[in-house]
Amino acid sequence: MTNKFYNALFASGIAFILTCLMVGIKLDTEGTQLAIKGASAEQWTWIGLGIALVFLSQLFSDKIDAIFSKVPKPKLSNMLPKEQKMATLKPWLLALLIVGMLVWPFMVSRGSVDLATLALIYIMLGLGLNIVVGLAGLLDLGFVAFYAVGAYTYALLSQYFGMSFWACLPISAGLAALFGFILGFPVLRLRGDYLAIVTLGFGEIIRILLNNWTAVTGGPNGISGIDKPTLFGLEFSRRAKEEDTVLFHEFFGIDYSSSYKVIFLYLIAVILTIFVVYVINRLMRMPVGRAWEALREDEIACRSLGLNRTVIKLSAFTLGATTAGFAGAFFAARQGFISPESFIFIESAIILAIVVLGGMGSQVGVILAAIIMTILPELAREFSEYRMLLFGFLMVIMMRWRPQGLVPMKRPHLELNR
Amino acid sequence: MSEFSLYLLQQLINGLTIGSTYALIAIGYTMVYGIIGMINFAHGEIYMIGSYVTFIVIAGLLGMGLVSLPIVLLIVLIVAVIVSSTYGWTVERVAYRPLRGSNRLIPLISAIGMSIFLQNYVGLSQGYRDAALPPQVVGGWTFGDPAVFEVTISYMQSIIWIATLLTMTALTLFISRSRMGRACRACSEDLGMTNLLGIDTNKIIALTFIVGAALAAVAGILLSLYYGVINPFVGFIAGLKAFTAAVLGGIGSIPGAMLGGLILGVTEAMTAAFFPAEYKDVVSFGLLVLILLFRPSGLLGKPEVEKV
Repeated sequence: MTNKFYNALFASGIAFILTCLMVGIKLDTEGTQLAIKGASAEQWTWIGLGIALVFLSQLFSDKIDAIFSKVPKPKLSNMLPKEQKMATLKPWLLALLIVGMLVWPFMVSRGSVDLATLALIYIMLGLGLNIVVGLAGLLDLGFVAFYAVGAYTYALLSQYFGMSFWACLPISAGLAALFGFILGFPVLRLRGDYLAIVTLGFGEIIRILLNNWTAVTGGPNGISGIDKPTLFGLEFSRRAKEEDTVLFHEFFGIDYSSSYKVIFLYLIAVILTIFVVYVINRLMRMPVGRAWEALREDEIACRSLGLNRTVIKLSAFTLGATTAGFAGAFFAARQGFISPESFIFIESAIILAIVVLGGMGSQVGVILAAIIMTILPELAREFSEYRMLLFGFLMVIMMRWRPQGLVPMKRPHLELNR
Repeated sequence: MSEFSLYLLQQLINGLTIGSTYALIAIGYTMVYGIIGMINFAHGEIYMIGSYVTFIVIAGLLGMGLVSLPIVLLIVLIVAVIVSSTYGWTVERVAYRPLRGSNRLIPLISAIGMSIFLQNYVGLSQGYRDAALPPQVVGGWTFGDPAVFEVTISYMQSIIWIATLLTMTALTLFISRSRMGRACRACSEDLGMTNLLGIDTNKIIALTFIVGAALAAVAGILLSLYYGVINPFVGFIAGLKAFTAAVLGGIGSIPGAMLGGLILGVTEAMTAAFFPAEYKDVVSFGLLVLILLFRPSGLLGKPEVEKV
């Protein structure tokens, strides 16, 4: 017990050092001079409460552990129906889901459709990174660079050459893939941690270049007035910019409503996402997909089996980049404005968090996590200040509590019933 | 000497100044990597916290009317090292120790989370905007022909050199002579074996984080006084640079980190002499990629052999 007491005293001492200088004392400016001021009495009370909590939790740590061990860990796999039943149900459920996704936007407000579009962008990004991190096991911290390449490709082509969204979409994806290939070729020999830092550096380089190459990219001001996608040449604006363009509402003879555009964007996102999900789902079951996972599990064994690791890693990297390029082009079209601000490191970290939170390698998990990560901040509007703080905290907690993610990946497998 | 060579000399001096602080931060990366084979992603944030503590303590002491510079710097040193080491220890305890033995990506991700948390913790409590401190150490030595180009070595730069030199010497002595330093070396050689020989490896790993954090705090004091402006996000880029320096010198090797820091600092200063200053980051990352391509074990590192 005395041992525990000292331990608790030590922990609360640490907590005191951690909080008192940062929360208890604040930097302030008086004229030109830097000064400090103490925190308010209320904040000191909070600090005191926090330290007391640390002290008590350390003192009674074994009792608290005992209580927590009684709480059953959620077992999501038990909630799903049996496998055979699942196999017959699955196509119906999928069809229902797709129909639901197509009908849903006509019944809800414009804001929620917009939010859903954002969630779909993150789903695409998450799925792209999932190939690289989850399946091939290559930690890529500069994923946002490919997203930026996709977005800027569309924005620049549309601004300088007036090309349409649909023509630019494959070009954006292709260019992002090219960047992935060029970057991947030299760095994929590196081991995990080195790769993480090099990709992080690459992400920063792209951002710095976009920020400073003012003549082409507009620098920090970004590019604005990017054209929205059209439906077979029908525009969704209220008035035509040029004489010969046909407007959507005029063509169909209905009243103009700004929500058509939002719903149209949402539907494009749905189609793109379904396309991405389908392609990746197929790829995972192809030899190349199997090779990604095998390489993640044991590189040396793979090489001794005659797999070319450079080709396999490159294919994962390039395909991940392609998906990001898709998402980027759509992002630019949706926002109508992009600047280097949208492509900072935090964005990469959020996408990585989506992959990790969902369960590395698991498509369902990543989709779920992307939805959670976009909707939670909207629900917790009043805590928006603390958003990033909670985000970092959650990443640490998730890694300790459930490192395999919300919905861990399940390999297709058969079990013999005895 | 001509104007051009004097200008280069000035850039060399500036580069060495920045480079020696990079070296201090890089040692933290290299020590942790040498022992547990992982990147301490939150290390840059420890440096940032060191800078904030420096500002807070200096502002507090000046507010109390204490103006004697050596005493102020001594108090800053003590407080910043203690606070930063506490943060370093906590990072290890919260983000690394519970996850030891799991997949390599897991601790890295939790450290990224820790880094985001610390950035916003400081940002929320101290404000996200830049905090500026008027220069505390002013003046310097100048030489060269005033009509052509004057080379200046400011007192602050000489303080940075001396402080770095002293810290590095102390660290080298600690690692090579003390009992704990020997334990550190043993751990980086073979963690499992050291554990079997009855050394508490958990303590040694915690010690590595603490020593690294203390060095980062020294770098934080020096650089924040040199630049005079900090914000909660300075740790990110500084950490990235320091990691580059550690890799450049050969990660896991302490002399390598020192050398790498100096080389990186000088390279950056020389780049800034000929190109717009924004591109110096591009050059340092480009350097990192080149080094990893052609000499993945760094300048002084041992090549790693993959074993089955």
